Amino acid sequence: MPTKNYADAMLDVLRTAMEEDPSFVVMGNEVLGIGPEGAQFEPFQREYSERIYFPPCSEASFAALAAGAAMCGQRVFAHLGLAPFTYPAFSSIANEIASARTSSGGRLDVPVIMHMSHGLLHGGGGQHSETPMGMYWNLPGIEIVMPSGAREVKGLLRTAIRSDNPTLVVTHAFGYGATDDVPDEDYEIPFGVADLRREGNDVTLVACSAMVGVALEAAEQLAADGVGAEVIDLRTLVPLDEAAILASVAKTGHLVVVDEGRLRCGVASEIAATVSERGFDSLRAPIARVARLDVPVSASAIHEAHISPSAEKIVAAAKGAVGAGAPAASGG
Amino acid sequence: MSGRRQPPAGPAAELDDGQALALLATMRRIRLFEERVAQLKRADEVHGLIHLSIGQEAVAAGVCAQLRGDDPVYSGHRAHGHAIAKGAPLERVMAELMGRVDGLCSGLGGSMHLVDTEHGLLGATGVVGGNVPIALGSALAARLGDSDRVAVVFFGDGAVQAGHFNESVNLATLWGLSLILVCENNGFAEFTPRSAHTNIERVSDVVAPYDLTRETVDGNDVLAVREAFGHLLAAARAGRGPMLLECLTHRVRGHYEGDPARYREALAEEDWRERDPILRLERHGVAAGWFDGDAVAAVERDAGEAVSEAVRFARQSPFPPAELIAELVYADRGRG
Repeated sequence: MPTKNYADAMLDVLRTAMEEDPSFVVMGNEVLGIGPEGAQFEPFQREYSERIYFPPCSEASFAALAAGAAMCGQRVFAHLGLAPFTYPAFSSIANEIASARTSSGGRLDVPVIMHMSHGLLHGGGGQHSETPMGMYWNLPGIEIVMPSGAREVKGLLRTAIRSDNPTLVVTHAFGYGATDDVPDEDYEIPFGVADLRREGNDVTLVACSAMVGVALEAAEQLAADGVGAEVIDLRTLVPLDEAAILASVAKTGHLVVVDEGRLRCGVASEIAATVSERGFDSLRAPIARVARLDVPVSASAIHEAHISPSAEKIVAAAKGAVGAGAPAASGG
Repeated sequence: MSGRRQPPAGPAAELDDGQALALLATMRRIRLFEERVAQLKRADEVHGLIHLSIGQEAVAAGVCAQLRGDDPVYSGHRAHGHAIAKGAPLERVMAELMGRVDGLCSGLGGSMHLVDTEHGLLGATGVVGGNVPIALGSALAARLGDSDRVAVVFFGDGAVQAGHFNESVNLATLWGLSLILVCENNGFAEFTPRSAHTNIERVSDVVAPYDLTRETVDGNDVLAVREAFGHLLAAARAGRGPMLLECLTHRVRGHYEGDPARYREALAEEDWRERDPILRLERHGVAAGWFDGDAVAAVERDAGEAVSEAVRFARQSPFPPAELIAELVYADRGRG
């Protein structure tokens, strides 16, 4: 199986969509980020220049423009940039896009893909390192896709392009160069189906996006200490594969939720609440959340490490849960 | 009236007697519909925030009369007139305002979110200016689909101060998209006179730096609106980029039904009778011999009957079932 980086995996899908669907359009600047992988976009850009649009710094309008085109029959992949740059577009996403289907009594579909990059952009400071999935998850009407690697981004983006719903495809700002074994052929990964990345009997680690890799690293360390960790890659937050989480917790009795976003009202909190409600009888210890500390991001590498989840923090939280030690509910 | 940057591309279609009477009928239907809505709101039969366009009917009628069914139209919170002028059935609009399942949006949209895809009303938004970039997207879709559809977005002068508007005008001109921006300049952004929000009195002057064909007309003169819009439509249809039509008009009611409107003096009755777009067309049409007093009376009678029938229809329609809302959120039911 060929080895491809994240950027190549995305281009595979964008190229297939361009070839099979004349209504497919790509909009955005620096679609594959500003790292060295960004240059991989250039041949694609030359080949399909008539269906690639480069909007100005008009984020507030741009998401709505893409959605308006999608409502009129285009399939649109709109790259909104880094997640913090989508905040000016929040009104369009929340007020115009997420609610359009419900408000119209089901008469409007908005099949737009809104692609953004989240996560710690080392040295990015307070405005380039956001992971606002908790905020977006609070907007019913959109789907949220969080690929953990190149193989996942290819299959999930393919499914997103075929979805009739507005879909946030959220890649990691530092992930475009990450490589994986990625099939050349076209394939889909269904939404709402989590991936059991590692089996274990003692504790369940739930994560998405880049945190899946960190959780797998933690699982290795735990194994060395005799703790069997099960790692679940959610792949999509909306729809959420609750059954996979609950089944794993039923087996292990312990849950650590890992997320790069902030603790309060975040992804980890929602999953913890869901398991508390629906899997309480399975739990043998309090649920632990390992998420970003509830502070703005700093430009300091010391602070970046301090506020972010890491394998060590996950290991400590897992041991705390399994050892029935003090409840490990901590940001960072 | 003023502000035209370049001569229009084509002549507006000549107005025949039947079209003049149709304009009158559309305005009268909107007027009587909204007067009835005001009553129903006071009687608590209409639910939620209601913004009426009484006094502004000439803009909706003059613009929509010339559009095709497949020309996408977008409106804002004051949308009833645009929906009716674009062809939405009165009874389905009324049912929507009364929250009934036979409403345009099954009762889930309400007054501020009217959608009628069959008649090309693709959206109305309660966020001032939020509709402009959505409409721009539909213009882009027309371009990509090699269609001569022209997108039209109605908005008030308050939207012009919103970022969405300015971003969208830049994008529309940059990409040369066939969008016609129709501003209903009634001089008030919700509760505040225009002069308190901007130093630029005319909306057509706001967009002056862009390469944009623009015109300002008396928006209470349906014939002027029709003619000016007709010129712009012909040019937009031919792919000559975005246009802006500013219609100077007057909002008779407050911002919303129930607004005490302490921020302004009501227009004197005799002054309003001079400016009322419906009375103006009636006077002009009779004097010009386009129609007679009997025809005017028949228009009013027919409109009144249609509105009464719409209320009857809406009252007998059930409210939507509670579980419907969760079924509508995603196209593929069960996700989420």
